[in-house]
Amino acid sequence: MASYLVKRFLLMILTLFGMSVLIFVMLRLVPGNIADIVFEAAGMVDDADKAQIEADLGLDQPIVVQYGRWIGGLLQGDLGFSYVSERPTLEEIGPRIPITAKLAGLALFFSILFGIPLGVISAVRQNTPLDYVLRVVSLSGLSLPSFWLALLILMFFVSFFGTIPIYTRPPETWWGELALYSVPAAAVGFRSSALIMRLTRSSMLEVLRQDYIRTARAMGASDNSVNYFHALKNAVLPVTTIIGIEAAFLIGGLIVTETVFNIPGVARFLVEAILWRDYPIVQNLVMFIALVVVVINFLVDLLYVVLDPRIKYAD
Amino acid sequence: MTSTTAEIAATAPGERVIGDTVLAVEGLETVFYTRAGMVRAVDRVSFSLRAGETLAVVGESGCGKSMTALSIMRLIPDPPGRIVGGKVVLDGTDLLQLSEPEMRKMRGNRVSMIFQEPMTSLNPVLTVGRQISQALMMHQGMSRAAAMERAIEMLRLVKVPEPAQRVKEYPHQLSGGMRQRVMIAMALSCNPRVLVADEPTTALDVTIQAQILDLILELQKKLGTAVILITHDLAVVAETAQRVIVMYAGRKVEEATVEELFTHPRHPYTRGLMASIPRLGLMRSQAAQTGGRLQEIPGMVPPLFDLPEGCAYAPRCERADDHCRAEYPPYEEKRPAHWTACWHADD
Repeated sequence: MASYLVKRFLLMILTLFGMSVLIFVMLRLVPGNIADIVFEAAGMVDDADKAQIEADLGLDQPIVVQYGRWIGGLLQGDLGFSYVSERPTLEEIGPRIPITAKLAGLALFFSILFGIPLGVISAVRQNTPLDYVLRVVSLSGLSLPSFWLALLILMFFVSFFGTIPIYTRPPETWWGELALYSVPAAAVGFRSSALIMRLTRSSMLEVLRQDYIRTARAMGASDNSVNYFHALKNAVLPVTTIIGIEAAFLIGGLIVTETVFNIPGVARFLVEAILWRDYPIVQNLVMFIALVVVVINFLVDLLYVVLDPRIKYAD
Repeated sequence: MTSTTAEIAATAPGERVIGDTVLAVEGLETVFYTRAGMVRAVDRVSFSLRAGETLAVVGESGCGKSMTALSIMRLIPDPPGRIVGGKVVLDGTDLLQLSEPEMRKMRGNRVSMIFQEPMTSLNPVLTVGRQISQALMMHQGMSRAAAMERAIEMLRLVKVPEPAQRVKEYPHQLSGGMRQRVMIAMALSCNPRVLVADEPTTALDVTIQAQILDLILELQKKLGTAVILITHDLAVVAETAQRVIVMYAGRKVEEATVEELFTHPRHPYTRGLMASIPRLGLMRSQAAQTGGRLQEIPGMVPPLFDLPEGCAYAPRCERADDHCRAEYPPYEEKRPAHWTACWHADD
């Protein structure tokens, strides 16, 4: 196990290194940099000034040197300054992370809270009207783009309650926060919950056919005990994998949702930074998201060992 | 109802004591609704079972023996299956009349079942101790700690070495034979009146088979449990059972004590089954007749949705005549306590 952990840790470092190269190169492949954008917007044509700005930001250096400077700073905890606001990157990103983290956490919580029990019910009541309804709902959850769903929800709130549940100022109480984030979290989590539901359903149907389920029944276990204890404990194994993957996917969904609900989180901020070619913000934020995804997947792998006694990570 | 290991051990493992009738199955009828039409998997099967007795049910695959067992447990998947008639009377209570919650209190408690596949019949994500103690907590209201203690006792009873360590292990850490011992421990944990054993040794190594059978018989003597042993292996029947039922196409075709059946098989199907097992010594003379080859029963079990008009065995039977093909033979007592359904049983 110890040597597995070491191997796994080294692999995580390698993944992050690859990610850093990828995001760095891709950003530079996108036409234009901040100087181009600023000059174009202002309609200025003084090439000397533009070259001066590029020199100040170090954008005139060879790409390898630029990369070395960024990684060198990153390793020392120096994330640089935002090109746009000229404030330290950490100060720009730092306050936005908890907002997105809460939103993503709540979305994931909702999707598990609804996805797993509904998946079990759908499997247990296979081919009944209830199952059909749940399957249609989950299929629409997979096919509805989250921005469209978010807009529908906003319109629903406007026409029925006369209010828009969007972010106007920071919430003061935890329930205010919960109320504020619930709607966008539901909008973005619907897809994940639909996916989790479908996977739970098919996994349950598979497990319910197994011999040990018949054994449990032969020993007098009740339906609830069979479904939610004997079967679900087995059926949940493949679902954990999807939950890990969905955690990463949520970031993508949040970009749109944060925009629609006017939430000052990192996802929307990332898109704005890309539009401005604000390299330090984009690079460091992407690295942070990559780190989160890598860590979540690592935790999911560790969770397997807890959930499935048959899995052992051999050295 | 719970007897401790000490009490069980105190009962001298002497002669088998056969007591009163504990289970009476009368006219049991189970059907399946399939695309090809309605299938009568268990067709008016009746038998009774006394305490401490072992009744063997034999027949080829698909003859309805497992379905009979599952019907007694009321574990027929519905849909597509349904028990449509008959009675299963356990100690005066007709199990078929019970509500599902009442039946649940019987399963694993008064009537238990062990299955053919020890490799897949235990839940892979629960410890062995947890699985055995589940029924004890449910049926006997034991605390988790007490149930775990009893689970260790049960494992000791089924001769699993180091039971206190084993209860913490998962099924994949045990061999097939050990898993079947765990299944037996589980099934007997609440000291049931009837144990239904559906091919309990078929999936095991030959060397382990005898051990498991001996274990079942030994525990049966200690606990006075009545056993229904479902098997296709006549050698197993000869060693373990007192009475035998032979089933074919969902029906009983012959029933007798073991000695009687092996010495005077009446039904051609039973004779066919016996001729198809390799035996040393006993079969030498017969082997000489057949040129040293084992005999097989020609043909296959007819599909249950397309049974012939008369005797279901007629298409494969060398003695079949027009009478057999026209009319199903009555189930009659041809010799004392020896029943069979065949027009030619007296030939």
